[in-house]
This record gives sequence, C-alpha cells and structure tokens, in this order.
Amino acid sequence: MARYALRRAGTAAGTAVFVLVVNFFLFRLLPGDPIALITRGRNMDAAQVRLLRSELNRPVWEQFLTYLRNPFSTGVDSVKYSRPVWDLIGERVGPTVLLVGTATLVATAVGLWIGIRAGWQPGGRFDRGSTGVTLLLYAMPEFWLGMLLLIALGTGVGPLPAVFPVGGLSSPGVDSSSPAGWLDVGRHLFLPALTIVLGYLAEYSLIMRASLVEEVHADYVTTARAKGLRDVEVRQRHALRNALLPTSSLVLLNIGFVISGAITVETVFSWPGLGLLTYDALRGPDIPLLQALFLLFSLSVIAVNLVADVLYGVIDPRVRT
Amino acid sequence: MSDGGGAPPAGTAPGTPAGTDPGPVGGAPPTENARALARARRRAALLRSWRALLREPGGVTGLAILAFFVVVALLAPVVFPAETLEVTRTTQPKLSGPYAGYPFGTDRYGISVLALVAWGARISLLVGISATIISMLLGTLVGISSGHFRNVLGAVLERLTDWFLVIPFLPLVIVLATVLGSNIVNVIVVIGLTSWPATARLVRAQTLSIEARPYVERSRALGAGEWHLMTRHVLPNVMPLVLANTTLTVAVAIASETTLSFLGLGDPFAVSWGKILDDAFSAGAITAGAWWYLIPPGVCVVLVVLAFTLLGRALENVLDPRRRSA
Repeated sequence: MARYALRRAGTAAGTAVFVLVVNFFLFRLLPGDPIALITRGRNMDAAQVRLLRSELNRPVWEQFLTYLRNPFSTGVDSVKYSRPVWDLIGERVGPTVLLVGTATLVATAVGLWIGIRAGWQPGGRFDRGSTGVTLLLYAMPEFWLGMLLLIALGTGVGPLPAVFPVGGLSSPGVDSSSPAGWLDVGRHLFLPALTIVLGYLAEYSLIMRASLVEEVHADYVTTARAKGLRDVEVRQRHALRNALLPTSSLVLLNIGFVISGAITVETVFSWPGLGLLTYDALRGPDIPLLQALFLLFSLSVIAVNLVADVLYGVIDPRVRT
Repeated sequence: MSDGGGAPPAGTAPGTPAGTDPGPVGGAPPTENARALARARRRAALLRSWRALLREPGGVTGLAILAFFVVVALLAPVVFPAETLEVTRTTQPKLSGPYAGYPFGTDRYGISVLALVAWGARISLLVGISATIISMLLGTLVGISSGHFRNVLGAVLERLTDWFLVIPFLPLVIVLATVLGSNIVNVIVVIGLTSWPATARLVRAQTLSIEARPYVERSRALGAGEWHLMTRHVLPNVMPLVLANTTLTVAVAIASETTLSFLGLGDPFAVSWGKILDDAFSAGAITAGAWWYLIPPGVCVVLVVLAFTLLGRALENVLDPRRRSA
C-alpha cells in the first residue's frame, strides 16, 4: 500500500512539474511587449518599468529559477484590482468551495440513486425515462441551463414568479453570521447549485447504471439469488458493493473538474468565487491573475486526483499492482 | 509504403469472396485479386455496419437531427442573405419578442434571431468537426505510437497523455485561447489540441491488445517494418473504435466552442451559437426577460450535441461485438 501511494505521489509530482513549466513558458509566448501586457492601463513610474525590464532581460533559465521559488507571485499585481493576486484569490476560495461542495454532494447522492434504480432493471420504464432525461441534461451547456433557470425563477417570465435572487452571495444589509443570514445565503446558493447538480447528475447516474448492469448477470449474483435472498439484499449487499467501485473513482476524480467547471455557472449567477474571478481576469485580460488562477486550478485538480487515487487503492486492493 | 502482398487484415483464411459482391477484376494477377477481395470484404462490412446502425433508434434519431442541421447550415446564406445580419441595415426594433416574419424576435441590434441561429449552425458545425479531425489525428497518432513503441518514445508519449488528461480542460483552453488570440482558426486549434488525450488512451489500449495477437507476430516474423505494422495491421483494427469515439468528440468540441464563445474567447466576427448567447448575456437579456434571445441558440446546441452523443453510442453498439447481443 505504501509503495502504491508513493508511486501515485511520484506521478502527481511529475504532472505538477509539467504544469509549472507550461504555466511559465506559455505566458512568455504572448505576442507584444510583456510589460505593456502585464501592467495594462496602470501608471508606472520609469524606475518600476526599468526594474521589470531588467528582470525580463535576464536569461530565461534564471527567470525560471526565480519563478520556481514562488510560482504564485508573478512579481506584478493584478491589473484590474491593483492588488497582489494571491490576496484576491484567497478571499474567493470560500464561496467556490461552498458552491462546488454542496453541488457535488447532492449530485452524487441523486445521481447514484437514479443510476441504481435504472441499472437494476435495465430496459425498464424507469431506465428508459431516466436515461433519456440524463442524456438531455448532459447535452446542455451548463451556463445555458443556468440562464434558463435564472430567467424562469429569478427574473420571472409570464406566469412564473420571481422566487430566487438573481445573483450574488447574500443580500445587502443582512448579517451573514446570523441564522437569517445563513438562510439568505442558502437562497442565493440554490439556483447555481441546482445548475451544477443537473449538469453533473447525468455523468454519475450513467456510470452507476453502466457498472451495475455489468454485475446484474454475474455468477455471484445468481448464487446470491439461488440462496434465496430477497431482491433488495442481493442488490445492496452483493451487486452494489462491486458496482460502486468504478463510480466512486469517477466521483472522486471529478471533484477537480467541477471546480473549474464552475467558471461559467459562477459568471451567470455573479457568484463571487474563483470562477467569476477567472471570467473577470479573461475580460481584461488580466494576465498575472490568469496565470495564478490556471496554476491554482491545475494544482488543486492534481492534488484531489492524488487523494482519489490513494483512497481508491484503499477501497479496491486490486489496483495496487 | 511497402508492397509485400497487401495482406487483408481479417486473417489468412482463403474462403470465398464475402457474400454476393463479385470482385471487379477478372483475370488480374493474384496480388491484384487479393486486394480486390480485401476491398470487397471491407465494403460488405461497411454496408453491414450501416444497416445495423439504421436499426438502432438512437442512431437514426441522431442522423436525422444532423441531416437537418447540415441543411440549415447550407441554406442559411440563401434564405438569410449576409446583409440581413448587418447592424447598419436593419430597421427592426431592438430586443423585441416574436412577431410576424421574426418568429424568434430580434437581438440587441434588431437583427432576426432566427437568421443568427441559422448562420450559427455553420460556425458551430465547422469548428466542431474541424477540431475533432485535429483531435482524432493527434489522438490516433499518439495512441498507436505509444502502444507500438516499447521504448523511451512510447513511455514519454504515455506520460504526456496522462498529464494532459489530468490538467483541467477548461482552464487550459482558456489560457491557450488567451495566449493565441481569438480567431476561428485558433479556436479550432485550441479545442483540437486539448481534446485528444482521451482518444489517445483508448487507442493505446486497443493497440496493445492487437499487437499481442498472433497475426501481428507472423507479420513481424515475415520482416514487416514498424510503419507497415502500424498502418496495415494496427490502424485498420483501431479505426472502428476511433470512428465511434469521433462522434462523441464532436459533441464535446461543439460544447467547448459554445463555452469558449460565451466566455468571450471565440472569434468576435463569427456568429456561433455560443457568441449569440454571450451577446444575449451581456445585453442583459436575462433581466429583460428576453427568453426568445436565449432559448433558440441553446436548443440548437443541445440538439446537435445530443445527436452526436446518440450517434456515438449507437456506433459503439454496432461496432463493439460484445454489446451486439445485449
């Protein structure tokens, strides 16, 4: 087990180095004067510009070493906010974790439930209905689904009343540490979380269904039935345990992708998280901020993947080869 | 191209020419005959797969939807001449709901949303299909090479695939699009360059299983070179898999284009469905309650993505013998 974990950690470290290298060199391919690009629209005195230019005139490998010492500090503040990018990112992590965490939990629970019901009786009415609906949801761009929900339940169209707030994390003037404030945040959270849940539901339920279908005709399931176990027991105690393995791997691996997938949803709902920050950085473009965000997204996905891999090794000893 | 007989990949059993299709040449030299035989067999197999596809409800639905959108894309310039999209020429009210002649209302400049959506089909299909071609070529090349060469090259390619699989797709696309700048060719290249790893991994696995088969060993013993093995024996057997995967990749590529355009990273002069949605969003269509501006382009994306997904699943069923019985 320790060897397996160590090997996975080695692979993750390799990927992290790859990302660091990409992040360093990619942004040096940008056309145009790099100083104009990273300080766009901000007054800089001549001494500062000279300092920056002398930094950029050093050999590339020296710059790379400096960068490795602190990859998150580009040495330049965010263009749009004129603040160190790291401070900006720090205050946006909370809302994103809240949104993505809630949505992942709900999507996993509901997705698995649908997948189990559909996969236990493949070809049945529930299976056909749910597969159709989930495929449809899967085909929808998340942000479009978000806009539809927003226009229907936030703005209110025709007979539909405006039930939910149209954006943001909380209403102005509400103390966010009081119970009323939590309720307020919950109301703001509902639509964006629902959008992400609907978007990822399909993936979880389809994979759960597929892995359960594989088990339905397995010999050990027939044996369990022959022993005279009730249908529920065969499902919960025998088939499901094996079918859950590939699904849990997918759910764990997906967490990293959901974080970056929240970019468009946060934009639509003005949810003040990392996604909205990315959108703002893009519209500039705010290169220093974008660079730090790309690094953060990539490294967090790598870290989550590593945890997922190791956990999976604990659940399923067969992969520890 | 080595020409040592052009062995049919389907094995060495002589047998009669497959089914009813007679070979086109009569008294040709034996080499020519074997080739014709291989070609006839392939044609028959293709025809069989096509018929099987038409028996899959999902496949037929997907094909029908796609045929519809191809017609829309081809007819868009005929039905809605380019002038109708020009902001300066329009005399219609801005952001108006549906009325006679404008079944989807008008956009923020007073242009028919129906005309925009029809023109959008051209860009979305073009970007989706071109990006998929790049992704498929790269994925197949990297996949076969990393499975075929059991040396440093193979190992490096495998690592590279794994790395690209782990880097989150959207941030990478965003960074690349920002670095390259936004025009339609770059959008295609960016999506193509970021969507190949899944294919490569699939192809690699298939390559490994094919190269373990006896006929490849036989070919190697007869002195076949690396290129011959890869193109004559591995490639034809990988192709069905790639084909099924292609249709699924088009769906992903079109969805990616929509997301990129929505984030403002698409070609600012190309009307794609994502661009229309971006315009609608920044014009405040949500607060204005302009549902006619939001729903048509989104429905088109959903239909096309769904069509490619259905077609891909149907193709998987047709081409994967293990699923045929199920």
